[in-house]
Amino acid sequence: MISIKSLYYHYPKSSMVLNDISANFERGNIYGLFGKNGEGKSTLLKIMSGLLYAKSGEYTVDHKSGLHRNARTLQRLFLVPEDFELSAVTIATYQKINGRFYPNFSKKQFYDLIAEFKLAPQHHIARLSFGQKKKVLIAFGIATNTPILLMDEPTNGLDIPSKSQFRKIMASIADENKCIIISTHQVRDLHSLINHILVLDEAKVVFDASLAKVSTEFWFGKPKSTEDSIIYTEAGFGGKSILPRGNKEETEVDLELLFSAVLTQNTVINTILKTNDHD
Amino acid sequence: MDFDNSKPIYLQIVDFFYENILVRRWQDEERIPSVREVAVMVEVNPNTAIRAFNHLQELEVIYNKRGIGYFVSKDGYAKVLDIKRNEFKEQTLPDVFKQMRLLDVTFEEVKNLYDQHEKE
Repeated sequence: MISIKSLYYHYPKSSMVLNDISANFERGNIYGLFGKNGEGKSTLLKIMSGLLYAKSGEYTVDHKSGLHRNARTLQRLFLVPEDFELSAVTIATYQKINGRFYPNFSKKQFYDLIAEFKLAPQHHIARLSFGQKKKVLIAFGIATNTPILLMDEPTNGLDIPSKSQFRKIMASIADENKCIIISTHQVRDLHSLINHILVLDEAKVVFDASLAKVSTEFWFGKPKSTEDSIIYTEAGFGGKSILPRGNKEETEVDLELLFSAVLTQNTVINTILKTNDHD
Repeated sequence: MDFDNSKPIYLQIVDFFYENILVRRWQDEERIPSVREVAVMVEVNPNTAIRAFNHLQELEVIYNKRGIGYFVSKDGYAKVLDIKRNEFKEQTLPDVFKQMRLLDVTFEEVKNLYDQHEKE
């Protein structure tokens, strides 16, 4: 559905933030976009939503270029940004002004979510806390019913019960027609929702695989004896490791461990994924 | 739902189904929550929930009535009982035996503790 080819970007007088990025995103998935701070996750989402222009490269949505801020592409996607300024209006006014840009916007869904987040239409956005403003945006983004939903650190600023609420809402809206991309550091918050991960490091895509593939090829846990095939191990007490799965039972993917392993043992991991790629 | 971080989430959902069936919360031939409802309940990607449903369908613990939903099989309870008994014998007990050897706990001691427990 979304195709990105050889995308380059740098801010004025800075080094490359996105250096030859290529990736595909399909419907029916929830992608986790990971990377250390300043590795271009937000920049990529901004380019995809028309907030920044790529220096060069291709970006298409359903085979139509998305690089030129055309209305057709923009009404098919919504970005919940990490930092934002919302107009000093009530939630109801915000909906009236912005809802019309999205052909499948559902007013009912929006106000249901607003109520679920313990907010009300007459609430003045300027007087809400950061977390509450974020909830307004999340509710709005979901109610746009765009086929593409981009979220930059959506759980930042949400309290613990709201995070669980957020996961429930995401589980209820994810379907085969929607492509959801979530950038996050809060791996634990979203681990059960994500089914495909993409890691950006040093301005490159260093890892791009479905969790189904990862759990077919790798085993996560504490190895019984000193096995020599350990790919990556966490220092300290516990010592959780990643091993090639071989004939071992399937284990749940430990995203934090995988992320650390990708940053240090990238070649080994990608070689294993590639050699066993028969699809 | 709190996930154990070593067992695949879909199998943890399967266990959640087993428990509901074993305690008779979900009776044989009774309709169970939909894929979507389960995904929301346990806060997972619907694809993960589907995998759990498929697994249970292959084991014939549940079945799908097209357009209506999923139901516990006619002999769902008996099937789950069988699966969990095997799991107990093949996985749980060997672990207990290993611990007994390691801690030098005799079978007699275990038997006494068991009898005592049953009396309470």
